[in-house]
Amino acid sequence: MPSSRRWQEARVFAISPEPIDMAAVTEAVADEQAGAVATFGGMTRAHNRGRRVIRLEYEAYDEMAVAEFRRLAGEAAGRWPLARTAIVHRSGVVPVGELSVAIAVSAEHRAEALAACAWLIDSLKHVAPIFKKEHFEGGEVWIGSLADCEHE
Amino acid sequence: MSATPVLTVSVLYFGLVKEKLGMGRETLEVAAGTGVDELMRELAERHGIEDLGAGSLRVAVNLEYVESSRVLVEGDEVAIIPPVAGG
Repeated sequence: MPSSRRWQEARVFAISPEPIDMAAVTEAVADEQAGAVATFGGMTRAHNRGRRVIRLEYEAYDEMAVAEFRRLAGEAAGRWPLARTAIVHRSGVVPVGELSVAIAVSAEHRAEALAACAWLIDSLKHVAPIFKKEHFEGGEVWIGSLADCEHE
Repeated sequence: MSATPVLTVSVLYFGLVKEKLGMGRETLEVAAGTGVDELMRELAERHGIEDLGAGSLRVAVNLEYVESSRVLVEGDEVAIIPPVAGG
């Protein structure tokens, strides 16, 4: 196994305090049997519900988040015939325009790669123990908290 | 009557709860047979975390979400999970 491949294997499910390299995440799922790679990148956007966002701050329960990524990938592989899956989520401050999450899925054909990728990001949002504080012009709020709901 | 056996568990806090409590982790001694629901009541009393929307808090033990009926055992790592917002 070449060293670059070993590095990829180790990075397939991760919480990263460093900026996410989408090319590396995509490369991690390359497989000779796979003719399709679907990717999803989530990015900090400048506006949210009428507020001007300055930056997002993510906190993760790292160990459990990685365990959930692995579990979700296993569940996806049970639903669709997939080759490989990689999920990397950023922790710490993520400025506007940077990736907070990257998912890559490879499969023999595009339909299952695309479906699995969409299912993975939807599921991740519901279960991964990752918490987000939005710093906006004039304040900050933990997303999903009661205080956040009052802003709706 | 003999004293109730005691067991030690760690409790982890994240996000809003961690910020309000000013700590991310504590070690607690609880009576053997204590369930997650009972632990949550005790934490609410001790820290006032019901004000943080206890209805929206989930609990994980040893890296997996659990039901509130789960009974704690020695060395459990209990995590109080506020609303998640990854992505």
